[in-house]
Amino acid sequence: MPKPKVLILRTAGTNCDKETAFAFERAGGRAELVHVNEITKKRRSIHDYQILAIPGGFTYGDDIASGKILANELKFKVESDLQKFINDGKLIIGICNGFQILVKSGLLPNLSGNFQNIEATLTLNDSDKFEDRWVYLKKPESKNQKSKCVWAKGIDGLIELPVAHGEGKFIPRDENILRELKDEGLIVFEYVDVAGKRAGYPYCPNGSVENIAGICDPSGRIFGLMPHPERHISPYQHPCWTRKMKDGPGDGFYIFRNGVEFAKKNL
Amino acid sequence: MIWRVEVAEKKGFYDAIGASVKHDIHDLGLQGKVKEVKTVQVYLLEGDISVDAITSICENLLIDPVTQDYSFRGKILNESKYKVVEVAYNPGVMDPVEESAKKAIADLGIKGVRSFKTARKYLIRGDLSYSEIHAIAEKVLYNKVIQHIVKGAAAIAPEPPPYKFELRHVDILSSSDEKLNKISKEGQLFLSLDEMKAIKRHFKAIGRNPTDCELETLAQTWSEHCKHKTFRGLIEYTGELGEHKAKSPKRKTIIIDNLLRQTVMKVTDKLNKPWCVSVFKDNSGIIRFDEKHNICFKVETHNHPSALEPYGGAGTGIGGVIRDPLGTGLGAKPIINTDVFCFGPSDYPYTKLPKGTLHPKRIMKGVVAGVRDYGNRMGIPTSNGAVLFDERFVGNPLVFCGNVGIMPKDKCEKAARKGDLVVLIGGRTGRDGIHGATFSSGELTHESESVSGSAVQIGNPIQEKKLVDTILKARDLGLYTAITDCGAGGLSSAVGEMGETLGVEIHLEKVPLKYTGLSYTEIWISEAQERMVLAVDPRNIDKLKAIFEAENVEATVIGKFTGTKRLKLFYNGNCVCDMDMKFLHNGVPIIKRKAVWNKPRFKEPPPPKNRDLTEDLLKLMSSPNIASKEWIIHQYDHEVQGGSILKPLQGPNHGPGDACVTQPVLGSKKGIILGCGINPDYGKIDPYWMAASAIDEALRQIVSVGGDITKCAILDNFCWGNTNKPDRLGELVRSSYGCYDIALAYGVPFISGKDSLNNEYSTGKKTISIPPTLLISAIAVIDDITKSISMDAKRAGNFVYLVGLTRNELGGSQYYKIRGFTGNNVPKVDPTYGKKLMIRLTRAMRKGLVSSCHDCSEGGLAVSLSEMAFAGGLGMDIALNMRQMPKGQYPLRPYEMLFSESNTRFVVETSDAKSFEKAMGTIPVWKLGQVTKDKRFRIRGFDGKDIVHTTIEKLKSAWQKPFKDM
Repeated sequence: MPKPKVLILRTAGTNCDKETAFAFERAGGRAELVHVNEITKKRRSIHDYQILAIPGGFTYGDDIASGKILANELKFKVESDLQKFINDGKLIIGICNGFQILVKSGLLPNLSGNFQNIEATLTLNDSDKFEDRWVYLKKPESKNQKSKCVWAKGIDGLIELPVAHGEGKFIPRDENILRELKDEGLIVFEYVDVAGKRAGYPYCPNGSVENIAGICDPSGRIFGLMPHPERHISPYQHPCWTRKMKDGPGDGFYIFRNGVEFAKKNL
Repeated sequence: MIWRVEVAEKKGFYDAIGASVKHDIHDLGLQGKVKEVKTVQVYLLEGDISVDAITSICENLLIDPVTQDYSFRGKILNESKYKVVEVAYNPGVMDPVEESAKKAIADLGIKGVRSFKTARKYLIRGDLSYSEIHAIAEKVLYNKVIQHIVKGAAAIAPEPPPYKFELRHVDILSSSDEKLNKISKEGQLFLSLDEMKAIKRHFKAIGRNPTDCELETLAQTWSEHCKHKTFRGLIEYTGELGEHKAKSPKRKTIIIDNLLRQTVMKVTDKLNKPWCVSVFKDNSGIIRFDEKHNICFKVETHNHPSALEPYGGAGTGIGGVIRDPLGTGLGAKPIINTDVFCFGPSDYPYTKLPKGTLHPKRIMKGVVAGVRDYGNRMGIPTSNGAVLFDERFVGNPLVFCGNVGIMPKDKCEKAARKGDLVVLIGGRTGRDGIHGATFSSGELTHESESVSGSAVQIGNPIQEKKLVDTILKARDLGLYTAITDCGAGGLSSAVGEMGETLGVEIHLEKVPLKYTGLSYTEIWISEAQERMVLAVDPRNIDKLKAIFEAENVEATVIGKFTGTKRLKLFYNGNCVCDMDMKFLHNGVPIIKRKAVWNKPRFKEPPPPKNRDLTEDLLKLMSSPNIASKEWIIHQYDHEVQGGSILKPLQGPNHGPGDACVTQPVLGSKKGIILGCGINPDYGKIDPYWMAASAIDEALRQIVSVGGDITKCAILDNFCWGNTNKPDRLGELVRSSYGCYDIALAYGVPFISGKDSLNNEYSTGKKTISIPPTLLISAIAVIDDITKSISMDAKRAGNFVYLVGLTRNELGGSQYYKIRGFTGNNVPKVDPTYGKKLMIRLTRAMRKGLVSSCHDCSEGGLAVSLSEMAFAGGLGMDIALNMRQMPKGQYPLRPYEMLFSESNTRFVVETSDAKSFEKAMGTIPVWKLGQVTKDKRFRIRGFDGKDIVHTTIEKLKSAWQKPFKDM
């Protein structure tokens, strides 16, 4: 079976592109770094790929607001291509700045389905500071809804990933959006403490509503999160690896593997 | 027309910026007086913009529709209950947001926006007088070097008038000595009379006066910053030397011709390591990494700009040093940043602050934010550093920024060829940073902020990130023959250096400008950031330009390498500079300076009265040099690029690691270790032993995490007072010889270095000099990162050893410092023994006998033990046990044992005491006790009774306390 092709979108200020590409390659994908100009100038087509990944960084310096300028560029210049990409059942992941871009372009949570409405935002951390620290994450406990996210399949226990952001406080536009996110199982990860319970700072590093760390769209194929799974694909990236060695790869690896496996099977 | 847009948080949404400003105001001692701070973001847009267009810009770009509201017709918030301060950038200061905002507006399909500026309004509610508001504004809200308070209607500064060409000569041929001095001073050239006279002689011989541009070029090229005249000149030194061999060497007077070559560089020559690829010649020093790659390392300082504008100064400091590896060989990919800062005490009284200086706390916060925003945006992990405090840094903070790069082995050499084009890439040129090189070569005074304000700039990291992305592409396609960065001196230094052997001609009108009005000289010496110069074969120029254009980076041909060995500059066809490269680079007269060293005597403190040293230990944990720097570490993205293996904070409870380990090639086990040694407190007593200790400390850090000193290289950064004064220069000489003696004996080569002299602050009569400060940065290659060792205690029941001997060496120690003394017994180094010890320890680690390891540095043994214990969340039961005491160790008094800072010592945790002792052979190791399961931390004295009895929670909270609320 051919390896699924992953487009790692980059532009001025993208800076987690190479390790994200490495993570996808490790997971069995074929990753290519593509500058947004190549897409907007139609030198390359996103339809040649099965997965679109928007990695972390500070696109255009995060000037005005984080992710805003690339979000607009996608929304105003690549809209129809993105709509087709989504309709084709393909996968999108946004990590950190990529998550901010997906939210600010309307691609997440996209409850309305046409990504014209901004239904949530990611704004300044309550601390008003950029912070790099490791966090515990868990899928929210829900009786009637299982997580829809194809990227998080099988990741059921507590996992550890680092965050590194200044604008990661997730705020849904209103109560209805929040309720729908919960009811439909679109909240993929929340920040918790070591016991797996929701807790305040520093366990929740930014003050997100309901400790939300990552969400997906109603299809479960578009996924965004503030923590960096590509920074925990090897056990040696974990801050305490010198104490105990877990078997197998780092927690973040499984997210990339889920994406690649889904693409192999379905796309 | 001009639109003024105000954006603020909607009701009910948290204003995080306002809250943190309120916190800063509280720090001024105005607790309780300020009830609330709100912020309003202000945008000024100028151009042909319709109401529809401005509405679209607001709704689609300027606001967050979920959390913010906007208004372009007046105030967004009701300001009646607030005092309002609006802060905007000064004309000529680059607004960092303008470029990307214009791009974003164009993406919306809106044309006609000519100018985009930002400002911020602070709404302060509270019972505050006018003078208190004024103080808040000055101390927290703005810095007059780059900003001003908007009064009346905000306006956009008009575009400066176009420049009218007029060739100017400076009459030096008929000038007296006095006049020559005046020309140098008034032109901010910082050229000495001897140098002015040498220039006069040269131009007399060719029968004309220099142009202003020629004189400026000479001033830049001959500046201390670029030429290192002190280190490379003649020095007549009177004092002692050679302490490491003779106990009390004789005082003598010697002539040193080129101190740098006689000491630091000589170590490297003598050691002649095959893995040193390129040393002391390129923008950074290069060593071998693996079969395919080499790595390079450079550390720079940006002290003067950071003193005046901490945020911009530190940001451009890190930005500048990143361009060094990028401009090394044919370009290296920047992969790790380092930062070391020295500040005045963060609780320094405002009333004692010298006129014209910013408060140390503000400098500290600004510097940290500057490095954070630039480093993080560049996507380079900032993984290693240190922060030190001393009263003598109040006028002159030190900001050391380092960068490591990695490059393919075949890209380490560069050479421009005759006929190659000179291509300027990156940011546009403005008036920013004019006279940076000469300014940093002089002393700071209370007038510096007004006179030299233009030497300070704000960086644009995204511009530099684009440069890195595109340069590495062009490099891999082999599209250029040489590269260098535009640093101090701007084009004059970059082009002058690249063209030294060939000769070059430049057409200055081709240089893309930020705005009109720059003269040819300003274009030539501007230190606008984020620019690099390439030498390109004309056959490759189209391909090269396409690479840069594809990612929106400007690349402009501005001249060519000629082969005439002359520097020729033109402005619209008019020759404005025509100089012999030989005179430009070698014409600077050699200075001869006197240097004297007299050992100072400091008062010795009496021994402490109390027998129990618990309180002393807790106080030490809370002393600023030792206390936790977590608040800084967490603000730096130290994990971007995915290669962070040993992080700055280690163990489940976050203890301070000795060195960082990075895996630069994902999937490969090879790694890079970075460490650093610095201790200005020792420098006050004896710069020779300060240098020795700094080298020892840097090497200890490498060894602690599993590194091997035989695969280690070091860098020097000297920050000194005014070396025109013989005593300061004497200190520099001793320090350099310390470097020579100790590095040579350890077998560790220097690969690069830099000096920053004249770190003195004068307010009229009074001058404060920094203590002599040497930073040694160490870099080592580790073959297998999975063998690295962290400092956190691992398992109850494991044994704890002290490796190395403790002497009564409390001079310059943190223990004396918290008691208000300096003392005289500065720690010494025996490198022959030290080398043996470190190599043995590395071998024991390789055998898997070491579970954790931490070096003993500031605060001594007790601090190291405490940090290991709390980092691992485990207790320790330690005893100064005479029976276990190794040969060569004498029973010192308890406080000496615990707090002396003797060099070449490590605390080691092992599960296999017998094998560990055997592996260490004749090296003195002292079994001190065990790691325990409970959280108790106790140390017993020689008599078996407790001298320290506390818990790891108390130790940790003492360690965290001082900077907890930053």
